[in-house]
Amino acid sequence: MNQNKKLLEVENLTLQFDTDEGRITAVDNVSFSVAPGEVLGLVGESGSGKSVTAKSLMKLNPGNAIYSPETKIKLHLEDRSVDIMQLKSSKEMLVARGGSISMIFQEPMASFAPAITIGDQMVEQLLIHTDYSVVKAKKYSIEMLDRVGISDPDQRFKQYAFELSGGMRQRAMIAMALSTKPKLLIADEPTTALDVTIQLQVIELMKDLVKEFGMGILFITHDLGVIAQTADRVAVMYLGKLIEQGPVRDVIRNPSHPYTQGLIAALPKLDDLDAPLVAVAGDIPSPLERPSGCVFHTRCPVHLGGQCRSMVPDFSSVATGHAVACHLIDVSNVQQQKVAVS
Amino acid sequence: MNDKIKTPLISTKDLSVHYPLRSTKLFGPPPVVKAVEGVSINIAPGSFFGLVGESGSGKTTLGRALLKAAPITRGDVIYDDGEVSFDLTNIEKQDLQEYRRRAQLIFQDPYAALSPRMTVRDIIAEPLEVMGITKSREETDRRVREIAAKCRLNLEHLRRFPHAFSGGQRQRISIARALVSNPKFVVADESVAALDVSIQADVLNLLKEIQKEMGLAFLFISHDLSVVAHVCDYVAVMYLGRLVETAPTRQLFSAPRHPYTKALLSAIPSLDPDDYGKAEKLEGEIPSPTNPPPGCKFQTRCRFAIDICRSQEPKLETEDGHDVACHRWRELMEA
Ligand SMILES: Nc1ncnc2c1ncn2[C@@H]1O[C@H](COP(=O)(O)OP(=O)(O)OP(=O)(O)O)[C@@H](O)[C@H]1O
Ligand SMILES: Nc1ncnc2c1ncn2[C@@H]1O[C@H](COP(=O)(O)OP(=O)(O)OP(=O)(O)O)[C@@H](O)[C@H]1O
Ligand code: SF4
Ligand SMILES: [Mg+2]
Ligand SMILES: [Mg+2]
Repeated sequence: MNQNKKLLEVENLTLQFDTDEGRITAVDNVSFSVAPGEVLGLVGESGSGKSVTAKSLMKLNPGNAIYSPETKIKLHLEDRSVDIMQLKSSKEMLVARGGSISMIFQEPMASFAPAITIGDQMVEQLLIHTDYSVVKAKKYSIEMLDRVGISDPDQRFKQYAFELSGGMRQRAMIAMALSTKPKLLIADEPTTALDVTIQLQVIELMKDLVKEFGMGILFITHDLGVIAQTADRVAVMYLGKLIEQGPVRDVIRNPSHPYTQGLIAALPKLDDLDAPLVAVAGDIPSPLERPSGCVFHTRCPVHLGGQCRSMVPDFSSVATGHAVACHLIDVSNVQQQKVAVS
Repeated sequence: MNDKIKTPLISTKDLSVHYPLRSTKLFGPPPVVKAVEGVSINIAPGSFFGLVGESGSGKTTLGRALLKAAPITRGDVIYDDGEVSFDLTNIEKQDLQEYRRRAQLIFQDPYAALSPRMTVRDIIAEPLEVMGITKSREETDRRVREIAAKCRLNLEHLRRFPHAFSGGQRQRISIARALVSNPKFVVADESVAALDVSIQADVLNLLKEIQKEMGLAFLFISHDLSVVAHVCDYVAVMYLGRLVETAPTRQLFSAPRHPYTKALLSAIPSLDPDDYGKAEKLEGEIPSPTNPPPGCKFQTRCRFAIDICRSQEPKLETEDGHDVACHRWRELMEA
């Protein structure tokens, strides 16, 4: 409701890449927002555009990325608002962000430079973004390592990322990302490479830290179970399109887009071992052959024919804060309205 | 009523696989990684046998040892399909060739496993040609077409190159290749891990169908317990190279006996947001296999550990066809 309570507002994000095989659309007119202290889960299949969406928020996509002129990425900080799209140089980015956005990358090693110790990287970051002295930055970094549950933080401070186990490295990454006290944390598949028992530790750690620091998180994963356990709201992506978003309970209990329904039906559930596993028919189309109309129509079990093939469905609301982009919802809403009128 | 006890297709006794490490000391025995230690399992013919455990617990190594593709340090592996029987620990070269056509592997990564310069037909036909199973090109083609059809690949697909296929289709190609020699035993190592959920179900259903139709036994290695619960009829849980629990799937999931199995099941993220905080959290991480703790290998993370757990390694105990290696399982079940 209250617009200025948002921390991040992404409007009409459209992102294309020039490739050898032609221009592909990786993100198509996507809008979402994150409030302070809120965890927004972004879920979707491999290649649906989750990582490039995340990288857009820090303008980290490579040179072959083309953003549409309508794209707006507004970051609202206490004293000012910036449109990240308007920032030209990476220097400008750095100043504008002022350590207010941090990112945990999907590739476990990407967050750390291989030849610099974890401690030196944490200190360097703090020196850029805060007015801490070297001594204070060091002390604070060790405190952060301790805070995320790393044993022997003094020792780990002097180690390289490759010397740590997967779980420890993930914790160190979180410690580094949080040390500048960001307002927004972008976490791209932070638990995917971890074993379930370690994943549980990291999820609980992140939830605790949100409470303590009050930052907003964009949490990316392809695992709906992880979303259910971490997110307040969820946005579902398919082939570069957002197709459903809403409060996590609502979306998981009443999925309304045929793709979200299919995704949930395809999950093997532990409480019913006799339930057959139902795949979503067909394969994900190549980004070079994006379907016209609704991007899901080639796999949709209930599609309406011509309308789905030719017209891109708009979002319609199915419950408070729960919106779905599907012609079928349009139709049923219209029918409901007709019933209400007659 | 009285179940006929079938001869197991694969049976191991006290199987161990140790990898030597480069020695850092001048004296004393060189250090080893005990990737698999003292594992005894029976895999029945025609069964879907699941193997679960965290990264580094030894699943792949055990699977490879059963295919005679990892060095067996100690113990026995017997293969017996009714027609032939081999003792893998001292198998003749000729028998090994015969074993290779009866025991196959489906790779984890459908992208890396398929040669980009071969057509799908040639990829599937290769094992037949290498092993000299078919006598003529016609016979090879017929076998390839039969198995391709079972894996829902058509003639058009066979002419193409693997890069033109999606992940799910590539995995079906890998499956066809593994099955073309008509094996009795197949190790599927994380065969659906790289696939998206919406597609994974399709490959799992295919594996199940083929397993029933061809009567093969699968060793299905996976870190995804929900998947294992749905496709396997038997499950073994590994921790740090040891087998800690083995049971029929339903029994394992409804009444797990080992504290590690319980924690593992509890850590699977629930689809219900209101379950947050209910999971039983395990502290710490899996210890290094080069320096495992004494006694029960799980004692460093087990909240039930007592003195005996720290000094004595628990043995596998069997009750009602359900094996568990924990000093305290009985009293914990009663509690
Ligand atoms: N630099 C690039 N140049 C060209 N295409 C790109 C580039 N980066 C990403 N893409 C393409 O954009 C699409 C979206 O990729 P993205 O990495 O965001 O997917 P994702 O949803 O994060 O998938 P995953 O779950 O596998 O991480 C893909 O088709 C990908 O191949
Ligand atoms: N060829 C090898 N030489 C030395 N050590 C090895 C070798 N292969 C495996 N190991 C070690 O043996 C242990 C078991 O490895 P294995 O690959 O069997 O585990 P896994 O359960 O399959 O794990 P993941 O789930 O990560 O695939 C690990 O500690 C591994 O580092
Ligand atoms: S033997 Fe002891 S330490 Fe090991 S699982 Fe049982 S109770 Fe825990
Ligand atoms: Mg990604
Ligand atoms: Mg493995």
